[in-house]
Amino acid sequence: MSFSRRVFLALTLATAGLMGVAQAAPRKDLTLAIPLEPPHLDPTAGAAAAIGGVVYANVIESLTRIDGAGQPKPSLAESWTISPDGKVYTFALRKGVQFHDGSAFTAETVKFNLDRARAADSTNPQKPLFEPIDTVEIVDPATVKVTLKRPTGLFLFNMGQPAAAMLTPGAVGDAKTKPVGTGPFKFEKWSKGASVDLVRNPGYWGPASKLDKVSIKIIGDASAAFAALMAGDIDAYPNFPAAEQLDQFRADPRFKVVVGNTEGETILAMNNGRKPWDDVRVRRAVSMAVDRKSVIDGAMYGLAKPIGSHFPPQDAGYVDLTGKYPFDVAKAQALLKEAGVAPGTKLRLVLPPPEYARKSGEIIASQLKKVGLEAEIVPMEWAQWLSDVFKGKNFDMTIISHVEPLDLDIYARDDYYFDYKSPAYKALYAEIAATTDTAKRIELYGKAQQMLAEDAVNVWLYVLPKFGVWNAKLKGLWENMPIPVNDVTQASWDE
Amino acid sequence: MLSFVLRRFASLVATLVVASAVVFTAMEVLPGDPAQVMLGTQAQPDTLAALRTKLGLDKPAPERYVAWVGGLVRGDLGTSYTYSTPVSELVGERLQVSLPLALLALSLTILVAIPVGALAAARRNSMTDLSIMGVTQVGIAVPNFWFAMLLVILFAITLRWLPAGGFPGWGNGPWPALRGLILPAVALALPQASILARVMRSSLLDTLGEDYVRTARAKGLSEGQALRRHALRNALIPVLTIVGLQFSFLIAGTIVIENVFYLPGIGRLVFQAINQRDLIVVKSVVMLLVASVIVVNFLVDIAYAIVDPRLRRRG
Repeated sequence: MSFSRRVFLALTLATAGLMGVAQAAPRKDLTLAIPLEPPHLDPTAGAAAAIGGVVYANVIESLTRIDGAGQPKPSLAESWTISPDGKVYTFALRKGVQFHDGSAFTAETVKFNLDRARAADSTNPQKPLFEPIDTVEIVDPATVKVTLKRPTGLFLFNMGQPAAAMLTPGAVGDAKTKPVGTGPFKFEKWSKGASVDLVRNPGYWGPASKLDKVSIKIIGDASAAFAALMAGDIDAYPNFPAAEQLDQFRADPRFKVVVGNTEGETILAMNNGRKPWDDVRVRRAVSMAVDRKSVIDGAMYGLAKPIGSHFPPQDAGYVDLTGKYPFDVAKAQALLKEAGVAPGTKLRLVLPPPEYARKSGEIIASQLKKVGLEAEIVPMEWAQWLSDVFKGKNFDMTIISHVEPLDLDIYARDDYYFDYKSPAYKALYAEIAATTDTAKRIELYGKAQQMLAEDAVNVWLYVLPKFGVWNAKLKGLWENMPIPVNDVTQASWDE
Repeated sequence: MLSFVLRRFASLVATLVVASAVVFTAMEVLPGDPAQVMLGTQAQPDTLAALRTKLGLDKPAPERYVAWVGGLVRGDLGTSYTYSTPVSELVGERLQVSLPLALLALSLTILVAIPVGALAAARRNSMTDLSIMGVTQVGIAVPNFWFAMLLVILFAITLRWLPAGGFPGWGNGPWPALRGLILPAVALALPQASILARVMRSSLLDTLGEDYVRTARAKGLSEGQALRRHALRNALIPVLTIVGLQFSFLIAGTIVIENVFYLPGIGRLVFQAINQRDLIVVKSVVMLLVASVIVVNFLVDIAYAIVDPRLRRRG
């Protein structure tokens, strides 16, 4: 197409408001963008969600694999059996699997990786996931027997998380810059600050990807991401940061806008160890003072689902507790008075950088004012939030999204940042952790949610939505985000 | 002359030592723990301790300072905590974007500003002058990220002539890389050219009032000839000083534009490193920038002294 013709065509289409240019053969490349650059590419050595976001399922695989619905499925382990007492897992490994460098994946590899993750000097960011493991035994080259110290209900799910990735022993040292896995894509190049490029692995053990090349670009700025999509520089932005721009994509037939779920319970956390928030009446008063609907409408453009406890609505076992403390200013004031909290009491509301925290925080501060609580908003960058709030507990309230899946355990931890101390809950959670029967687990999940809501530990606001924006011809990207990854193994273009 | 150079050199070294102490202390008092940032909210105390030992963060501050400065002297900028890559390699990669971008923006600035400024001075108080002054005023006042977005909407989204951002690297040939740098360079050049054009105009007006220009006119040169042959060259001295300052700004101070066009430049490297508490990257890159400014100043001082002997005595 000549230059002037292209200009003419672009202009005509722009005026007409449709810019789709038909393509003959289905494309075999994909360019998607993510907001944060991974610091490195080894999910067994860093907590940043962006690491798994790039390599999980695409380059690196684990024994199990978590699918788009959040369920563990066979991956490098073809099948498994669990002993009746729930303590011995025998994994039958897939045979003939090769790493990208040609080395074989065997029972030896599994033992190496699991032992490495739970070693004394391990810097695995999810080390507690491996703590229940007692021994790892090689039965034969294709069978591994893992014995646990106690039954662990989430063991299969945990073994599918990015931090449980199977790396080849020979390439562990370089995994941060050159990850070697067994996935359908091979790592090709990382242009730091710009993009990570993957190419198809021709020797993949499973169904081959329909794509030859995947480029994952890093675009942090929301308006830059908007422009890149509009200009066709990128095909997809699975986790688009700006809700206010979604309508513009919806109005454009070139794009598909998909609002999905995450596991991110977004909470107004209260410092349960500090006066006056150590008093359950005060926490209940705060729960009544916060009007979830206006927070969701104002901060999330009405696109988030409200929650009344620490559990997302899409997970099995969810109990709707959003009506537990209905918005009621008068009742909240009465409760505060009863607890001896004087009107005009000051508090420190610390807000980490994400947009959802800053926007929700401003609305909540004005709502708290109506019941006589003066919130001083303290914006804080991430590193300082981690040391001041998360570790130092120097806060009254903060807003944060807990994106880890099935994380009811945080309320049972000693010395966690919101400082909830309940022996009853600890006992309940110990029971949950040891329960391998699904129906029983689901029942206990409900109990846990109710106990937390009863104690009004925090104000549960909403589940963080995921805004996916991509080319209307693109298929197979995840609608929801049960774990923070960008699995492109099923992606393809329409004929 | 030799004693002048030695004195200057001693002050250069002293400045570098003070700067390194300031940079190191600033990073020490910065709240936040690099290990915690890397391992996140699920990290256990023993894992954090293990990582701190791996990074050498458990050693006392004076020991770490000496090790860092010792490394710098040997040309070793250290290894990034997060990227696990030598800092010098990271800087090298980023300079492949920042340096060409700065040069492109600066060339645009000079090519536009000098003729425009000269034109305004030559036609002082005419409509041309007034409109140039008006436009440059706007050019200084308009925030460059906003101007950048307008450029993107017009040239990337509507006309589709240029990419909306990103940098494909030099590996795919010079043209794709240059295409990625055009819009950011224009966005960077607008305020710089506006400033430079105004400096050019006032500097040229000053020289046009000098005696030697009047003499040149008296010996029969036309106004234009006097301007070109005598005033212009002399007016360029303050202009060059500004250009020098603009160049160092364009290398490291373009973080906002780098964000709008998601370019992997030096500015974004430092910004990201601060957020992730990759302190070794922040320290070493800042020191590198400080050193380059100080060394350039040192060379300029020497050059002035060569040109103007009076400076040597004052030293």
